[in-house]
Amino acid sequence: MNIYVLLKRTFDTEEKITLANGKINDDGAEFIINPYDEYAVEEAIQVRDTHGGVVTVVSVGNELAEKQLRTALAMGADKAVLINIEEDVEYGDQFTTAKIISEYLKDKDPDLMIAGNVAIDGGTGQVGPRVAELLSIPYITTITQLKINGKNVSVTRDVEGDAEIIETTLPLLVTAQQGLNEPRYPSLPGIMKAKKKPFEELELDDLELVEDDVAAKTKTIEIFLPPKKEAGKVLSGDLNEQVKALVQLLRSEAKVI
Amino acid sequence: MARKILVLGEARDGNLRNVSFEAIGAAKLAADGGEVVGVLVGESIQTLGNEFIQYGADRVVTVEDAKLAQYTSDGYAQAVLAVIAAENPEGIIFGHTALGKDLAPRIASKLNSGLISDVTSIEEAGGNLVFTRPIYSGKAFEKKIVIDGVIFATIRPNNIEPLAKDESRTGDVSSLHVEIKDLRAIIQDVVRKATDGVDLSEAKVVIAGGRGVKSAEGFKPLKELAQVLGGAVGASRGACDADYCDYSLQIGQTGKVVTPDLYIACGISGAIQHLAGMSNSKVIVAINKDPEANIFKVADYGIVGDLFEVVPLLIEECKKLKINS
Repeated sequence: MNIYVLLKRTFDTEEKITLANGKINDDGAEFIINPYDEYAVEEAIQVRDTHGGVVTVVSVGNELAEKQLRTALAMGADKAVLINIEEDVEYGDQFTTAKIISEYLKDKDPDLMIAGNVAIDGGTGQVGPRVAELLSIPYITTITQLKINGKNVSVTRDVEGDAEIIETTLPLLVTAQQGLNEPRYPSLPGIMKAKKKPFEELELDDLELVEDDVAAKTKTIEIFLPPKKEAGKVLSGDLNEQVKALVQLLRSEAKVI
Repeated sequence: MARKILVLGEARDGNLRNVSFEAIGAAKLAADGGEVVGVLVGESIQTLGNEFIQYGADRVVTVEDAKLAQYTSDGYAQAVLAVIAAENPEGIIFGHTALGKDLAPRIASKLNSGLISDVTSIEEAGGNLVFTRPIYSGKAFEKKIVIDGVIFATIRPNNIEPLAKDESRTGDVSSLHVEIKDLRAIIQDVVRKATDGVDLSEAKVVIAGGRGVKSAEGFKPLKELAQVLGGAVGASRGACDADYCDYSLQIGQTGKVVTPDLYIACGISGAIQHLAGMSNSKVIVAINKDPEANIFKVADYGIVGDLFEVVPLLIEECKKLKINS
């Protein structure tokens, strides 16, 4: 089976966000594989181990994403592809990324593509479905279970807490929701092997694209931090009294109950 | 600049969701005096058209087909794209719900357009429609504009005010016939797990539990409080990782981002990854045994105490309030 994972390098979830010159300051920040993409990598490895095939991890970004791609290889993916757009694309959006990935995948005959359901930085959840649409392949988002039997696929999808059981067929793109699996940690032999696994680096040229083909449809004009929340009132006294006071405050001061 | 805006309404258990009325509110801002056209898709949804109009839509277009009884991206995309082709709007607004998140990227891709997801406010500035949305799960915000193609946004529940319902408003509810082709993915079954129909991301009140809840059983008083206040139950990553509850309840940078009017954190320490998912709530109450817990730094009101003592008292007080009012 020909399996592709769409992976994004993101800020660690424990990082505080600060600004420098109106942009997100990434000085000294820790980066990780987007946590939802980690589920995607794990699922791809499990599918390959059961059904055979090759897992290729694809990322669009700059050379720094090599580290996260190598981590995916160390987990057990077979090949990695970094589409480096740093030189060619000054400002991209989800259209840009999806267009690039779909151009890369269009002649690869993927059976299964797995992405995270959302990246924890931009948080749009657009790229997976957009890629599927550009390739005219069905997709199912926020999955918590994937069962493959020949060409037939049974998927459990999380819909605001309810579970939908969906039947469909390959080729297919799915996006991973929390609960899909428990991603493994790379083993030491895995890390050693990852250094020798195929790692391909491409630019827009290699995909026969020019910057205009992938020009963003939207633009960020400002980034700002939310106003700092002031610590509020910690109540005191007998618990009974505190609870009474709290309900009063919620009623008359905050007006929320 | 007056614009024609299309708004996709979404029904749940036979009623239009609140976020659909908020989407009309958003569309009114975006339309700047232009026409707001509601779109309803389903098996039998004609009857919801009038309510959509009472909340501010100028008219409504419905697409009905047995294949649209349940949401699938295949079926809905065909229906909504047909309406877009017929109406040729300058802007499109969906709710940022499970349905909106799943469907909007596909429509945007088909239209070769951008899509601004998870919008919390809309304003007109410098001749542009400017959309504000959270990034890094609310640790920061960005303002975005559309520079090419149709204006397309999904709006986050609970952030944009709906218009007041006006029962005297009338408008045209017309139906568009669309030949829905066979679906590539078929829903075999839906297992209802969400409790009493209050969706976490749409809830006005969220009662959330952390490691301090100690067990699945420990969520009982939280559920009762949620019921009394008409809210939903959520959880921190710690509580989910410890298997006290389903991952679908998780609030945080991984998990859901919520912005209710009232957020009550019970036994939650307030790790940065959790704060990202809830710190933009309007009013935050923290209940924790540890006076040094981080959660107190973002709380409007705090009670230092054992949640298993405080929550039952809170339930009693809130019940009294309901009786008195």
